Amino acid sequence: MTMLTLSKAINEGLRRAMEDDPKVLIMGEDVGKLGGVFRVTDGLQKDFGEDRVIDTPLAESGIIGTAIGLALRGYRPICEIQFDGFVFPAADQIITQLAKMPLRSLGAIKLPVVVRIPCGGGIGAVEHHSESPEAYFTHTGGLRVVACSNPADAYSMIQQAVRSDDPVIFFEPKRRYWEKADVDTATTDWWTPFDRASVVRQGSDITLLAYGPMVKTCLEAATAAQEEGRSIEVVDLRSLNPLDFPTVMESARKTGRVIVVHEAPVYNGFGAELAARITESCFYHLESPVLRVGGFSTPYPPSKLEEHYLPDLDRVLDAVDRAFTY
Amino acid sequence: MTVDASRGAEAPPELVQLLTPEGERVEHPDYDIDLTPDEVRSLYRDLVLVRRIDLEAVALQRQGELGIWASLLGQEAAQIGSGRALTDADMAFPTYREHGVAWCRDVDPVKLLGLFRGVNHGGWDPAEHNFHLYTIVIGSQTLHAVGYAMGIQRDGANAATIAYFGDGATSQGDVNESFIWASVFNAPIVFFCQNNQWAISEPLEKQTRIPLYRRASGFGFPGIRVDGNDVFACLAVTRKALEAARTGQGPTLIEAFTYRMGAHTTTDDPTRYRVASELEAWKLKDPIERLKAYLFKNELADQEFIDSVEAEAEDLGADLRRRCLEMPDPKPLDIFDHVYRSSHALIDEERAQYAAYLEGFES
Repeated sequence: MTMLTLSKAINEGLRRAMEDDPKVLIMGEDVGKLGGVFRVTDGLQKDFGEDRVIDTPLAESGIIGTAIGLALRGYRPICEIQFDGFVFPAADQIITQLAKMPLRSLGAIKLPVVVRIPCGGGIGAVEHHSESPEAYFTHTGGLRVVACSNPADAYSMIQQAVRSDDPVIFFEPKRRYWEKADVDTATTDWWTPFDRASVVRQGSDITLLAYGPMVKTCLEAATAAQEEGRSIEVVDLRSLNPLDFPTVMESARKTGRVIVVHEAPVYNGFGAELAARITESCFYHLESPVLRVGGFSTPYPPSKLEEHYLPDLDRVLDAVDRAFTY
Repeated sequence: MTVDASRGAEAPPELVQLLTPEGERVEHPDYDIDLTPDEVRSLYRDLVLVRRIDLEAVALQRQGELGIWASLLGQEAAQIGSGRALTDADMAFPTYREHGVAWCRDVDPVKLLGLFRGVNHGGWDPAEHNFHLYTIVIGSQTLHAVGYAMGIQRDGANAATIAYFGDGATSQGDVNESFIWASVFNAPIVFFCQNNQWAISEPLEKQTRIPLYRRASGFGFPGIRVDGNDVFACLAVTRKALEAARTGQGPTLIEAFTYRMGAHTTTDDPTRYRVASELEAWKLKDPIERLKAYLFKNELADQEFIDSVEAEAEDLGADLRRRCLEMPDPKPLDIFDHVYRSSHALIDEERAQYAAYLEGFES
């Protein structure tokens, strides 16, 4: 066991992936000497060289577009988008090319490209540095979309993403980069497949569904609720496309009450898909409607207001209370 | 040498030209070409056959057998000249109009029709031909080409890539980013811009205030304008640029100055935005007519040869038509194939649900 921050866990995972396969490349802005603005790629250029850890020009579409070309030549590029709000210049290459080219080729082409995106708020940043754009990508067939929430998952999931022959959008909860936990880097026996959800806390009264930065918030809410005698189950979805619906459904049928929590706006957010699916599949098991807790239908606010925008323990518990009024 | 090939308004552009519209061979201080009579005849055959493929595809669209077609009429020399400059190891990234380059890369012409007939989005294996799939989003493929070139660099291979795009694409961010990437990484790539004067209805003046080839200097690599209707010049200029790329001298932008003699696609109506006299002027610079004139003047071919190529073209057209009509329609559940390489729970679920729905009609 090694105590790692989430940032360092991804760094270790990237290092393993690069050691395992010489075709694995890292590319992005400031990923070389600086080690990335969050230091996720710290030390990798020094050890693997400038041809494998590539400081790119400052243009996100160029990063993804050239990564596609490298993948066509047999490489496995891992792209870093510096901040969530900067993925949009690359959205065209991701949505019209990366997601669709394998289908366009009737399977002749594989594009094992990973797009790492630090996401979410809570770090007091300026505009465009705190967003949660996952729903744009879960809505695009051809992409796998995953989100890690803790150091151990970060370590295993990044390596699974790199090994995947499908393109993967890999969301990293930036405000959790500094959270520490023990990670077993000696074996892979404990790895959960990166397209599966995990029940991270067992409970019997109500289910909280979360991913990325909100998993910790939900776990804290569950601990607080226990003191009031409520048993909360927390499911870390981990993969948003595909969704591990059997795990979600099992929990929903067990507790009969479900709340989805994410930072992204509630309206048309990923929670809407979960609520609809749970209603279709678990209608007679439900004791209350599926509720959603998340951001408002506004652009992300200035940082002095972000504590009002981001779901916190109290807003989650408020939703729990509301679920029990039915 | 300076030739007036402009559309009229702008100053005469500098063009590399080795064959005049009248079929006269001319010298150029920097570019030369030494072809055997067989090679010249072979180029003529290429030009005629790809024009015939194009003509048949237009006819198939008019008869409802294709949903749409993007004609290469007038751009045959640019495509055959550059396409025949490629070695097997080189990789080409086309737009949706590069039927002539596809011919040079041995892609079966009927496979070009799948996309336009709506049976698939692209029906060949790019790695088998070193010819990527047609890219419809304007300019996106230029970045793929640069990335591929960066891969060639890392492999230490003796190869280059060529990225095709049009005059309209030069306004796209991706094309400009690809210039930057290629320049900064000294990537082995040739940017081959077919300036056919029109981006659907928008004339070149809507895209640029300077000749397109001069854009290259701002990015730090050479740019050259070639007579795009001169197959010799296109071949010579592209060969030299590819060799420079392969030998570590970095990218080149080639602007092939040509003309889209047909509509943008079969849904377009160019009579709404351009005058007929412009087309008439360009017909005098036709790429096939000038090579035919050269063949006759130099007694490299007789009428019998010309007729035999015509007959081959007719057979090719008829064969293309027959095989287009024989192309099987895709099956409903094909929708779910090839979206992901490995199993995907959501796709598997939707496939099963839709299969069950369809089965409900069969009982």
